[in-house]
Amino acid sequence: MPDLSVTLSGIKLDNPVIPASGTFGYGAEFKDFYDINILGSFSFKGTTKEPRFGNPTPRVAECVSGMINSVGLQNPGIDAVINEELPRIATYFKKPVIANIGGFSVDEFVYCAERLSVSEQVGIIEVNISCPNLHKGGVNFGSDPKAAAEVTAAVRKATNKPIYLKLSPNVESITEIAKACEDAGADGISLINTLLGMRIDIKTRKPVIANKMGGFSGRAIFPVALRMVYEVSKAVKIPIIGMGGVASAENVIEMMMAGASAVQVGAENLRNPYACKEIIEALPRVMAELKIDRLRDIVGVA
Amino acid sequence: MNKVLFQILTNNQIAKDVYRLILSGDTGGISAPGQFVNIELEGFYLRRPISVCDWDDKTLTLIYKTVGEGTKALSKLKTGSLNLLTGLGNGFDLSACGKRPLLVGGGVGTPPLYGLCKRLIERGAEPTVILGFNSADEVFYEEEFKCLGAETLVATVDGSHGVKGLVTDALKVLTQDFDSYCACGPEPMLRALYKALDIKGQLSFEERMACGFGACMGCSCKTKYGSKRICKDGPVLKADEIIW
Repeated sequence: MPDLSVTLSGIKLDNPVIPASGTFGYGAEFKDFYDINILGSFSFKGTTKEPRFGNPTPRVAECVSGMINSVGLQNPGIDAVINEELPRIATYFKKPVIANIGGFSVDEFVYCAERLSVSEQVGIIEVNISCPNLHKGGVNFGSDPKAAAEVTAAVRKATNKPIYLKLSPNVESITEIAKACEDAGADGISLINTLLGMRIDIKTRKPVIANKMGGFSGRAIFPVALRMVYEVSKAVKIPIIGMGGVASAENVIEMMMAGASAVQVGAENLRNPYACKEIIEALPRVMAELKIDRLRDIVGVA
Repeated sequence: MNKVLFQILTNNQIAKDVYRLILSGDTGGISAPGQFVNIELEGFYLRRPISVCDWDDKTLTLIYKTVGEGTKALSKLKTGSLNLLTGLGNGFDLSACGKRPLLVGGGVGTPPLYGLCKRLIERGAEPTVILGFNSADEVFYEEEFKCLGAETLVATVDGSHGVKGLVTDALKVLTQDFDSYCACGPEPMLRALYKALDIKGQLSFEERMACGFGACMGCSCKTKYGSKRICKDGPVLKADEIIW
């Protein structure tokens, strides 16, 4: 019997497969396709202090082997997530969730982390300091080691839950930022968020996306994500959740070999709502082919 | 919502840039006219959302326009199978249509109204249909609507077929009162209908979308009753909830 289980900061997951924030809502749409309790966990839609409508439409554009989105963190706000979404999640998901939070200030991250800390349903708080679709006041916490450390330290004080900082690939040195987060008290690192990209409609001569640019995700970014997971895993001692273009059981294994303790699946959920289910079901077969008995043994072997 | 493999029966051009695709497979996921399917196409990352024109237990009829590379590739498929997510979106509410509904289709917004018209007539309603196109070479399904027994008017912008002008010009020809209206087409057409008609309306909207089942928030719009996802809470919205 192959052992798919992995552990993240003391939380045991049945398998390493976790739908990524922003591609899975709060799980409700996917529970209509399959029993989502088969997942290791899921990272819910990035949640901010106030409700947000997000950016104007069109918000999505297709690319070769991927897509660009500029949703702009649309979410119902922390009050609605705590009072409505979490109770609803409890009716169809019995495992700890990963609570993804976004913010425009250190105070907002702290506020959201404090509010979510009291929920027994929350296993890990994933702090998104890397959304490419927010440019308020030019602050981008994920692109500067000092700012990343400041957010990490403040959130660290605000909660006893494990905190994972979600990092942007659109930076000079992702390892420096990861190290800054580790030094400031992060329990783990999630990477990568989307790559900044753009498409132009050559008939209208205008950008496809209303906000002009957006985050590029999908299968095409897998090699970039894998390289960054590899680099960061060599630079820090804390666990890594690897993501970016993961679309198959083979990709999950490759990502773990690069140094990820668990793996998130993002855009693939949007083109195939059964993606995570199919990956989890394929893992034992692929493990057998590769003579892997325990998935956690391959973390960082490359 | 279901992910189902369908077999292509026919896929033929029926008007300028417009094709009719008839598929066989399990249509059990479809429950209302106005819903759509999302088609996986080899070589394209995202699925292509296409409204359901008509269906029975085993076959599904879709009508689509070749607007980009994906739909062009789809138009070239003559045999084989297609992977579809079916039964997406809410569809039209037949019970809110009344005895004498007006159905208005603009261009490739016409197809879902055919399935709606058929089911309204089966329920004993007496729908009147207005179809709007740019010119005669784009007109499709006029005869099909007439065969269902619905009074059907066609308007073309250049006057090459039917009433010259827009669907609102065809509307002026009609003298009877309607209980409600259902429409699908370009947004300016929907807005013009909303302004011209002082009765309950159901409008089917279009937006660029990624998933088609409510997860990605790619197709959100603001309504008087909060934010809605065109793919999941729509594509059919009540006319009086729209912020024009």
